[in-house]
Amino acid sequence: MPKSESRLAEIVARHERELVPEWLRYQLETVTRRRDLLNDDELRDQSRQFVEKLRASLEATDGNLDVMSPAWVGVRELLDELSRARARQGFSATETATFVLSLKQPLFERLRSDLARDPEALTSELWRTTVLLDKLGLYTMEIYQTSREEVIARQQQEMLELSTPVVQLWEGVLALPLIGTLDSARTQVVMETLLQTIVQTGAGIAIIDITGVPTVDTLVAQHLLKTVAAARLMGAECIISGIRPQIAQTIVHLGVELGGVVTKATLADAFAIALARTGRTVVKLAPAAS
Amino acid sequence: MERIPILKMGDCLLVTIQVDMHDRLATTLQDDLTERIVAARARGVLIDISALEIVDSFIGRMLANIAAMSQVLDAKTVVVGMQPAVAITLVELGLALPGVSTALNVEKGMALIGRALGRSDRADGGPQT
Repeated sequence: MPKSESRLAEIVARHERELVPEWLRYQLETVTRRRDLLNDDELRDQSRQFVEKLRASLEATDGNLDVMSPAWVGVRELLDELSRARARQGFSATETATFVLSLKQPLFERLRSDLARDPEALTSELWRTTVLLDKLGLYTMEIYQTSREEVIARQQQEMLELSTPVVQLWEGVLALPLIGTLDSARTQVVMETLLQTIVQTGAGIAIIDITGVPTVDTLVAQHLLKTVAAARLMGAECIISGIRPQIAQTIVHLGVELGGVVTKATLADAFAIALARTGRTVVKLAPAAS
Repeated sequence: MERIPILKMGDCLLVTIQVDMHDRLATTLQDDLTERIVAARARGVLIDISALEIVDSFIGRMLANIAAMSQVLDAKTVVVGMQPAVAITLVELGLALPGVSTALNVEKGMALIGRALGRSDRADGGPQT
């Protein structure tokens, strides 16, 4: 269909001026419009640019609808930027996709009025427009999803850094309160931080508190034991504290061998042991005269 | 040939590994150390590996072996100053060196040997900073 292939480009070019306000009207009417996040001027600007780029790409490609081809780079870049910005601003997936998909209605109307006399051409053009806008819509979604995933990955990284503080309880006694599920990546960070702090402070005893670890399975237990073994190799002793009743049951049921590791129910108990090991004790002062 | 020096302090031997270990060096150290333990009738051996930054499974096993041999010769052996990276590597390799005593630094290592040999000991095991 060499003839009809150029029709879409031609129609978009001819009606570019009217298309933008019409499209804008549809966008402004839709329920997914987020006035709180994006003002009308910005939206108008984006819409105008998009139609402009769309026309340019349609003309340049002469009916080639492969939106990943180099001819569509302008449209892709615009959608890229727009989609990322909206993902950051907190638009939902539907709201982001609606931008491209809402162009269908005004475009279809234009096609219908221009090609009313040629039903065959109209049908094929409608189909081509649908395919094109769907592809662009999907592309928008993909970018949206990617940028959301980037946000999640960054937050994970930040959480990783935040969630492994090593605190010094006393001279020569370190504590490592673990919060959240332990996976291999976190264990690695935990282990490195702990060992590094042991070197820096010269502490002989480290208390690993797992009160905040929701579940302990064989993998988590293995990670803990690795950390304990590594600390022991460096000459520091580890005490595991904060073992809740359910966790104790799980550990025994799983048959995890915590052999040789001192375990305590509470951090306070572990601290008392640590003090005793370093030759200290906590005593109550004589009641103050009052 | 390159050798790792073995210093004698009282009835203890002090081995400080200052270079990256290669396999020949490790086997030589094993020979030298066992001979010196017997010759000097040493009761304690302190191996300082604080300058050792790279280990492989062979060096890890050699460390375990050397420690085990010294124990057999009735010398209390302590490995001191292991770097975090080395400790992690050994654990990941499955070489947790279960029979080897460890300490954070030479001072604590000597205190540990002293305690094991039943000497009165000022450090009383508490951490010194």
